[in-house]
Amino acid sequence: MVKSDFGYNSKVEGEVIVTRADAVVNWVRSHSVWPMPMGLACCAIELMAAGGSRFDISRFGMEVMRFSPRQADCMIVAGTVTYKMAEVVRRIYDQMAEPKWVVAMGACASTGGMYRSYATLQGVDNIVPVDIYISGCPPRPEALLDGMMLLQEKIRNEGGSLRRTFRGRTVETKIVS
Amino acid sequence: MPTFRVAGTDLLAVVSALRDEQGFDLLADLCGLELQGRPVRFGVVIHLLSTTHKEYVRLHVDAVDDRVPSVSSLHPGANWHEREAFDMFGIVFEGHPDPRRILMWDSYPYHPLRKDFPLAGIEVPFPAADVAEVTGQKVEPAPMMGGPFVSHGGKLSEGEPSALDQSWTEEKPKA
Ligand code: SF4
Repeated sequence: MVKSDFGYNSKVEGEVIVTRADAVVNWVRSHSVWPMPMGLACCAIELMAAGGSRFDISRFGMEVMRFSPRQADCMIVAGTVTYKMAEVVRRIYDQMAEPKWVVAMGACASTGGMYRSYATLQGVDNIVPVDIYISGCPPRPEALLDGMMLLQEKIRNEGGSLRRTFRGRTVETKIVS
Repeated sequence: MPTFRVAGTDLLAVVSALRDEQGFDLLADLCGLELQGRPVRFGVVIHLLSTTHKEYVRLHVDAVDDRVPSVSSLHPGANWHEREAFDMFGIVFEGHPDPRRILMWDSYPYHPLRKDFPLAGIEVPFPAADVAEVTGQKVEPAPMMGGPFVSHGGKLSEGEPSALDQSWTEEKPKA
């Protein structure tokens, strides 16, 4: 452990920190949420803007956009999910390693948006479990950041072995120590 | 724009003559259309541009028995346009090198731009059987009534631009 005046002070703590495993694990996880940019339509442009220097998503440890689902923690579904693409979205979600989160960015990903038609899935929560919904068409980058901060808060408060249920199935993540 | 009605049997000869003798060397557009109440239900419209004379010409072909010869051997750019017209209207392009759907998935049973196809869609199985099994998801019709953006009628304000008669919906059709 690095000794510094910030956070850890051996004079005060006596070289011992008492905490819970959940708290440490969640703290680590919440500060390096690597997004999987599932950019499907116009919302993806705002997602890109959030990655730029003006909005700077790297302030939250989320700048590492991983196009490989194996390396990503959070799928940001930004755009209209058609039925043809829904299959792909689900397969990519299945390939992501647990623990994983999904953010539905914008009206389309949340509900199908204005596309009430034969071609559009009416909300990505029909095929993957969604943690955060962000309203807007498109949401501004600030709204995305707000949603991602809410996700961080959610991650920080997750308890136990990170059980997640989806349509009756329980997915369990074990902490190996 | 000069428009010519061409029989399907003459289409390839006309397009190649326009390309090679008249300089209409660029296929600007090709789309299907459905004309209700006509003896031949479907047709194809082709826009050709001459890059030397800066002129357009439009060809209209009736799809007798829903069939039209493919012009993608003369204009390779027609390939995807013809796939789209097939996908949306079910017009078969004879001689097309790759006659698959382009927008909807391959096993989709309908042609959505036909006038008798409801905008909301028709229930069919999800494209991927294994994903459907895990998620229980189907391709479901999505009628406007029941969506998240249903207006309950009435003007929001006098300054709001809106249709004069807003009383009609999918459930209560226009008188
Ligand atoms: S919510 Fe709006 S901006 Fe976002 S993908 Fe849909 S139509 Fe585009």
